[in-house]
Amino acid sequence: MTLLLNPQAVADQLSAAVPGSVRGVEPPALVVEVDGLLEAVRFLAGDTLDLSFLASLTAVDWESHFELVYHLQSLDRNHLLTLKTMVDDHAAPLVPSLTGEFHGAHLQEREVFDLFGIRFEGHSDMRRMFLWEGFPGYPLRKDFLGLPGALSAGLPGFPHEGGENAWPVPGTAPVIPGDAGRD
Amino acid sequence: MATETTKRIQSEPVIVNLGPQHPSTHGVFRLKITLDGEIVQDADMLIGYLHRSMEKLAEERTFTQNIPFTDRIDYLAAMSNNLAYCLAVEKLAGIEVPPRGQWIRVLFAELQRIASHAMANGTFVNDCGAWQTPLMYMFREREKILDLFEMTCGARLTTNYMRIGGVAFDPPPEMWPALYNLLDEMAERIDEYAALTVDNEIVLARSKGVGVISPEAAINASLSGPLLRGSGVPWDLRKADPYCVYDQVDFDVPVGRNGDCYDRFRVRLEEVRQSVHILNQVVERIPSGPWCAEVPLHLRPHAAEAYGRVESPRGELGFYVVSDGGPTPWRFHCRAPSLINLTALKEMTVGRSLADAIVTLGSIDIVVGEIDR
Repeated sequence: MTLLLNPQAVADQLSAAVPGSVRGVEPPALVVEVDGLLEAVRFLAGDTLDLSFLASLTAVDWESHFELVYHLQSLDRNHLLTLKTMVDDHAAPLVPSLTGEFHGAHLQEREVFDLFGIRFEGHSDMRRMFLWEGFPGYPLRKDFLGLPGALSAGLPGFPHEGGENAWPVPGTAPVIPGDAGRD
Repeated sequence: MATETTKRIQSEPVIVNLGPQHPSTHGVFRLKITLDGEIVQDADMLIGYLHRSMEKLAEERTFTQNIPFTDRIDYLAAMSNNLAYCLAVEKLAGIEVPPRGQWIRVLFAELQRIASHAMANGTFVNDCGAWQTPLMYMFREREKILDLFEMTCGARLTTNYMRIGGVAFDPPPEMWPALYNLLDEMAERIDEYAALTVDNEIVLARSKGVGVISPEAAINASLSGPLLRGSGVPWDLRKADPYCVYDQVDFDVPVGRNGDCYDRFRVRLEEVRQSVHILNQVVERIPSGPWCAEVPLHLRPHAAEAYGRVESPRGELGFYVVSDGGPTPWRFHCRAPSLINLTALKEMTVGRSLADAIVTLGSIDIVVGEIDR
């Protein structure tokens, strides 16, 4: 069974090795400063913890800031660490690229750039991947649906929970004017 | 002697578009190859033709409503995708799956692995030049497995069978005899494929020493599944991080030695044998009882995050699900092995001939639905 590393214990080791890089501990994750990310990852991937396999890389939009989430795995010692970093600049987010450490970050960072608009400094090929150059906006950002032409912002609540934001109970939805005569 | 004729002939690089509509690209996948003569100088992939924005759509649907999306991510291994997503949500909400549900999940995940590897190896041998015949042999058993899926959940490809907390239905009584028959004949059938392909001169000539990647490079490029094991790294999440009841069944992790296309092919063939071995244990030991836990449809996990992963036929398939306490996931991310395995495509193809690039692409076993999502 893969051991989930205790983020507090790793934070203690990391702040001893790379002072000033730890931003906090939010179980199950260890949060590092953006500026210290590269050095922190170099330490984590080194011999002390051997987290040399980048299992997954993604981002989360928390509206006020972006969170980058890295799942780092050691294949020899079979343990896993969730590493995070926060980008407070929501308008023009910039994060150091991990492609120098992990070749496996290459496509995953491009994907995050394409869908979140987070730029990775030092990435050799920062192009859009799924969408085309010139596509308006970055779809996985939470404010993307606020763009003109967007459809809905999703369902706010379950029908049985009531409240003015609840999903309409089937059959009770108001008829849209002009929609009644259409089959 | 005429020294002029021994001068190297100057040639201009030619750009060849492989795909997006091409029989050897396994879907709408476009590869822009720069050729010098017949040697690949650069390979640039252009993807997104099948991008359906699953991750955004999932943010507007409830946790249960998202299960059918996972079928359509990797449509050749829908059961594995269902399982990975359900495991992630169960981790997030702290749901226990009853024992019968766990064993049924292993049963269908392994059947799906056989079906997917049959497709992968069949099309791979196709790419090597043994046109269609071996593929049809392998499709014979795949059809029988899809019939079992159809009996159980009514669908052959987009199964939508796993649920948060277990599986949707108990397999019907008529599925079991069909499964026993299939398992009885599988060993013989696998020997038949092996006899057809393993020592086949065409396959050997086209795939030995082609698309080589070293174990260190494979780990650094985050490769997983048969690509990583083909390079000799014995990393299988069923052993390394067992889920369901994989810690209670006996099986081996086959690994390759050279990291070439041929080894990946052999690893997949051997994995089919191991899957049959697992299935034989499952049908003997599957307990009776409920197959799904009581989980409300209006599931509202508290604010948390979970990363659930399985060893899908293509590698480490992970779902990273974040909840903010609302009825829908705040973030739904799929760690797609098909996409990440393509990281090393350029290294594996540059410097070799165009024909080798086709074989290498075939050996990665991509599913474009999973690359683009």
